[in-house]
Amino acid sequence: MSQHATEVHAEHSGEHESMTKKKIWNVFFILLAITCVEFFIALYVVPHYPVFHPFVNPVYIVLTLLKAFFIVAYFMHLKFERMSLIFAIIVPILFIIGLILVLTNESHHWFDLRF
Amino acid sequence: MSTAVSQIDEVKSTPWSGGRSPFNVEYGKMMMWFFLLSDAFTFSSLLISYGALRFSAAAWPLASSVFQSIPGTSVEHGAPLVFVGLMTFILIMSSVTMVLAVEAGHRNSRKEVVGWMIATVIGGFMFLGCQALEWNHLHSEGFWWSSIPNDETLKEFFSGNVSLAAQHTSAHQFANLFFTITGFHGFHVFTGVIINIIITVNVLAGTYERRGSYLMIEKVGLYWHFVDLVWVFVFTFFYLV
Repeated sequence: MSQHATEVHAEHSGEHESMTKKKIWNVFFILLAITCVEFFIALYVVPHYPVFHPFVNPVYIVLTLLKAFFIVAYFMHLKFERMSLIFAIIVPILFIIGLILVLTNESHHWFDLRF
Repeated sequence: MSTAVSQIDEVKSTPWSGGRSPFNVEYGKMMMWFFLLSDAFTFSSLLISYGALRFSAAAWPLASSVFQSIPGTSVEHGAPLVFVGLMTFILIMSSVTMVLAVEAGHRNSRKEVVGWMIATVIGGFMFLGCQALEWNHLHSEGFWWSSIPNDETLKEFFSGNVSLAAQHTSAHQFANLFFTITGFHGFHVFTGVIINIIITVNVLAGTYERRGSYLMIEKVGLYWHFVDLVWVFVFTFFYLV
């Protein structure tokens, strides 16, 4: 996969001919479909099936990350850039994940202190 | 001067030894990526603070109660997610028109670029208009920075038995974070619209045609998609979770 991407770049030297009109609309319909699934969960599954309540938020977060992937990879073309640029942008996100872990943990501690 | 290449110059011809950029991307575009990365950190800090305060609260205002009206219409109750669904659709749609403008730029089709850029600007204004209605609606209910509705209204936003003090604390936190985060996002949309207008004027003036490349469209496109990306997260954490 990465080898293929490098070859493409060697040929086109940074141009992005990989996004055609058809692909753009495909990504749009994927984003729309994911949003519709989120609405379906919020408006139908949550009121009617309390059994699923513990799974709802993780599902929302997975769907959100999926949407984020499609926007960054296709609309922002990151998927078609050089590996070095992809890593330069993605790896620092680890700091954000770190902050999420630290503050989530901390907030549970605040909860225990307060109640 | 001799045309023979010395040993040292040959070493420097590969990407990671200083010969050429290993990123293979134009300078301005790479700087836009790094700016967006820093912006992602800012938005993450705001959203993570929101999460931390929410996790440590006794109760939190229910999104399905706070956002159940359709501002601008007479529907006041029982329509959660409808209005924000429209806002999300508008923003995703304007992201599509932006990427279509980029695509037209690759074909050096000035007319198409202008058309899609104008569509993107209109989408941006529509989103801002919706956000103004949403803010106005919450403000009319009594929410604002460090301001919350009266106790009678507030009661409807919580399920179960929550003490008045806990309602006050979390409603204050909710109000401050909502207006700060959506405000910061709205400010990004606003600047994005301004930048898009400037770029559209430049396209009309033929600046990029003379330059021979519509790369500038790609750079503002990155910014615009990032605004859409942030909204995806704001939407999930304020309206769904």
